[in-house]
Amino acid sequence: MKLTVYEVEQIATLARLELSDNEKELYAKQLSVVFDYIGMLKEVNTDGVPETCQVTGLEDVVREDKAINSGEEIKQKLINSFPEKMGKLLKVKAVFDDVN
Amino acid sequence: MNLNQLTIKKAHDGLKKKEFSSVELTQSCLDRIKERNPELNAFISVFEGEAIQEAKKADELIASKKQQTLTGIPFCVKDAICTADRRSTASAKILDNYTPSFDATVIKKIREQGAVLLGKNNCDTFGHGASNENSMYGPVKNPHDLTRVAGGSSGGTAAAVADHMCIFGIGEDTGGSIRQPASFCGIVGLRPSYGRNSRYGIMPMASSLDTVGPMTKTVEDAAIVEEIIAGKDSLDATTVDVGVPKYSKKLKVESKKLRIGVPKEYFETEGMDEEVKTKIKTKIGEMEKQGLEIVEVSLPMTKYAIPVYYIIVPCEDSSNLGRMDGIRYGVREEAKNLYDVYTKSRRAGFPDEVKRRIMIGTYALSAGYYDAYYRKAQKVRTLIIQDFERVFSEVDLLVTPTSPFPAFKLGEKKDDVLAMYLADIFVAPAAVAGIPAISVPTGNTKAGLPVGLQIIGPRLGEEKIFKLANLIS
Repeated sequence: MKLTVYEVEQIATLARLELSDNEKELYAKQLSVVFDYIGMLKEVNTDGVPETCQVTGLEDVVREDKAINSGEEIKQKLINSFPEKMGKLLKVKAVFDDVN
Repeated sequence: MNLNQLTIKKAHDGLKKKEFSSVELTQSCLDRIKERNPELNAFISVFEGEAIQEAKKADELIASKKQQTLTGIPFCVKDAICTADRRSTASAKILDNYTPSFDATVIKKIREQGAVLLGKNNCDTFGHGASNENSMYGPVKNPHDLTRVAGGSSGGTAAAVADHMCIFGIGEDTGGSIRQPASFCGIVGLRPSYGRNSRYGIMPMASSLDTVGPMTKTVEDAAIVEEIIAGKDSLDATTVDVGVPKYSKKLKVESKKLRIGVPKEYFETEGMDEEVKTKIKTKIGEMEKQGLEIVEVSLPMTKYAIPVYYIIVPCEDSSNLGRMDGIRYGVREEAKNLYDVYTKSRRAGFPDEVKRRIMIGTYALSAGYYDAYYRKAQKVRTLIIQDFERVFSEVDLLVTPTSPFPAFKLGEKKDDVLAMYLADIFVAPAAVAGIPAISVPTGNTKAGLPVGLQIIGPRLGEEKIFKLANLIS
């Protein structure tokens, strides 16, 4: 399988990654090698084989839907780790550019 | 012998008999870190002042006869594991300033005993790698040969334990990240069964594979740590509610009672180092002389473990790393709109391998490819599990090399993505199957590089693994 630079650009957009032109070319090459390699699974007959989504065999692990209060100290630590804040609020950029 | 060279067992006994204090023991480790870390680069953060304070508290506990197994014992932790009020970067620049408000459950259990947290270890960023060269804080060097890698991704922890910068360490193993560096550095490293130890507070890489476990100087120490950190946790719904044996009290075994399988596929791999092969075969010969029954077995699905792994991991990775966006925590890059905040923060905060994995996962999970990749891999995963189940109906444990070769040169595989992935060829199968495995040192090559022997057990078979590991160490 050969990935093109265009496909790499599309994947990068989906994944919210900004890539340089050099990276796009490098990843197109490297990802093609990796997909060729993992493509070897095609040779395994998996007709009628169930998927393994988890290995513990546990089912329906539930708990009461009750909020646990972490307290003021933890709350303040979380606020302190915001990259930008206004009082106790997390500050983020507008979704759209300013329309002038 | 310096205090930093002690095992958990000996350090505990020495503290109990008041032969030395935790402050002295801790200082001895800090001195070693100061002396050696500039060269080895095993630590990203060292908490000198805090560690001494914790050691003083531990000494008070010991004085008032409240000593538990790990009270006053200095340890270190892979940086991809959250530690409360202690910087945790996962070797990613996007988390360069991140300080969690909570301890991972396994760390909480250790610190509740009064253990002393020395610092956080360098690793491949978010655990992505087998050589520690994918760290944004530089590679870790192998204490046995500074021109070689320490292995990865828990390379810093392996180097720190091997070089006696601490008494023990805690690592994380998704595909081999505890066992492979343990083998490269000549220490003991256990990957527990998936669900045995809580993953709460472990920065997620591939949620269906991630495990956390001990990296230690002896098998007994690994058993001591594992019996403390294992168990059901309400904060991790995948932990199993099965009693935790006192592994360290059950290390003795009648060797004749164990039937050991040697899977032939693990010795037929292309590019395998002859010296490693000979060393492991010689060890198996010795085990037979000790009275263990050795039988050759076959695991025909072995060669598919790496392709399965490199589909499942990037897929789950690409989803898990969505949270690393510079919004709620970590480093945010300035940009004119929200979309650019995401892309620029991720550009500055991720190394190549992280970007590659996110791209592989995003592509493999996109519409039209899910069946061909992720679903197919999950089906082959079932066949790999069935392979192991069949073999474990005939034998108690499996013995294999941990890695096809000893520690390689820095830079040797860095640009060859596939060669790096294949370094995990013997450690990935147990990870994919969710079963436990340990790496124990089994001597050095002529060049002085450690060789690791891997023991793989059935699900929740840690007790048997420890028994055999202890017998042959």
